[in-house]
Amino acid sequence: MISRDLKSRLMVALCYALLALALVPLLSILYTVISKGLPALSLDFFLKTPVPVGEAGGGIGHAILGTLLLILMASAIGVPLGLAMGILLSEYPKRKTARALRTVVEVLSSVPSIVVGLFAYAVIVKPMKGFSAHAGAVALAIVMVPMIARSSEEMLKLVPTSVREAGLALGLPRWKVILKIVVGGSIGSLIVSVLLAVARIAGETAPLLFTAFGSQRWFQGLNQPIASLPVTIYNYAISPYEDWHEKAWGGALVLIVLVVGLNLFVRMMWTKRRSTRS
Amino acid sequence: MNSLREVHRPDVSFRWILMICAWVAFLLLTGFFIFLFDLGFPALRDLGFNLLTLEWNPPLKVFGMVSFIYGTLLTSLLALFIATPVSVASAVVLSELAPGKLAKALGFLVEMLAAIPSIVYGLWGLFFLVPILRETVMPFVQKFVGFLPIFGGPIYGVSVFSAAVILAIMVIPTITAVCREIFANIPQVQRDGMLALGATRFEMIQVAVLDSSRSGIFGAMVLGLGRALGETMAVTMLIGNRSELDFSWFAPGQTMASAMASEVAEASGTHLAALGMVGFVLLLISALVFYSTKWALKGSGR
Repeated sequence: MISRDLKSRLMVALCYALLALALVPLLSILYTVISKGLPALSLDFFLKTPVPVGEAGGGIGHAILGTLLLILMASAIGVPLGLAMGILLSEYPKRKTARALRTVVEVLSSVPSIVVGLFAYAVIVKPMKGFSAHAGAVALAIVMVPMIARSSEEMLKLVPTSVREAGLALGLPRWKVILKIVVGGSIGSLIVSVLLAVARIAGETAPLLFTAFGSQRWFQGLNQPIASLPVTIYNYAISPYEDWHEKAWGGALVLIVLVVGLNLFVRMMWTKRRSTRS
Repeated sequence: MNSLREVHRPDVSFRWILMICAWVAFLLLTGFFIFLFDLGFPALRDLGFNLLTLEWNPPLKVFGMVSFIYGTLLTSLLALFIATPVSVASAVVLSELAPGKLAKALGFLVEMLAAIPSIVYGLWGLFFLVPILRETVMPFVQKFVGFLPIFGGPIYGVSVFSAAVILAIMVIPTITAVCREIFANIPQVQRDGMLALGATRFEMIQVAVLDSSRSGIFGAMVLGLGRALGETMAVTMLIGNRSELDFSWFAPGQTMASAMASEVAEASGTHLAALGMVGFVLLLISALVFYSTKWALKGSGR
């Protein structure tokens, strides 16, 4: 019979081994994306549009620009809406609307992103009879809203009640207390929650497949299809051409740098703020 | 009285602005159900119960979505089966075993796993994972248990099994995060009590941590299931997109999400409506899973 002590040690080692196993894909993905993506990067890669298959050169500048544009448009819709919901949830938690909103926001954040894409297709693409940047931005905004609502609520709840009471006791109206003191005082953490949502939608592909669709050219107008980085990576990856695969890896590297960079930045900002506060 | 009302007027309008934003969320949620049903309705009208058959063949105007539902459930459950032990063990290390600084660093890496976009998982899966599975893992499994129908048939690489593996990798951070939260809520006395009784470290974890959070771990699994059901890009790239029901896990297949991702952009008429119905059913399933998650995690302090 194995001694109890040995068994305990073995199981602890097994737990560590399983955690290591979970982290293997992360390291492998980072390594593969960097080693295969770096050779694809060049100035042309960022500044040019694709050339016909078989010709050397060309780039996916249009897709990078497209993704930035889509993020901007989606944020213009999603950030104010999400923040307003977050404020309602944290500042008026006892209201019936706020209680119902909490559940609705949770359900919305559990809706698969491909279904969000199909919804935007049914609401915008079908009636307008064409793929468009509008539809893509709306789909991304819908993905953003519940994320921002939930995280900004958490952030605003960190403001102590006594601060609100102090503002009210000084005779400030409630809306001023909320906007100037509660929101104004947590602006840094609200930026964190917005940036996390931006990092998430930057890599979203499914909502864009049949809304923004894709394009081989520079920006053509908001009611026209528009290229995005994730969709371009997808189309290039499933194509049979070696050159396109290489470009897909390059695109993935740009995307990873963007997304992981945002996450790291947010984390650094967050720990710094907390350490200066305490 | 009047002057007081005067003072509070901006307050009321401010609250109304917030309320209107909240109403946008309600409208959005109802809109999801209405518009997807509306998109899929022509298929329901023309095909009726024929939507619940096995064959999906757009050129022949045959649209049965059962093989998609089967693909979604199979890949998700397989993924959970692979991911749960790994996630629970990871959460045990992060909240019970590793010393502070190490736990923080490892926890950060697990969170990074969640930040990587689905499309990058797909790209890595297609060019790195699938070749490994095709050349090494699948032939190895087939050599020993190939007589079982689920492991039989020719090996393509892209398959239900490959999709399940990538899904498992993707839900690990979700399940780990929920388990960590649940373990953190267990009172320290419970652990100390076990150790005082002379339990070894692992016995303490087994009884004080794992046994007492069984329902919570189940809740974490349901949450992971919700994630897996709707996951699209990585699955679409690895599953092979074949709309035929095959009982072998090594054969290509299709999930509801991957069917939409690969067909909606080119679909029209009844085909589009049938895909709309697929979306509607996926919406219903994910709403159902959401409520199960709520119910399962109710007692565990979340």
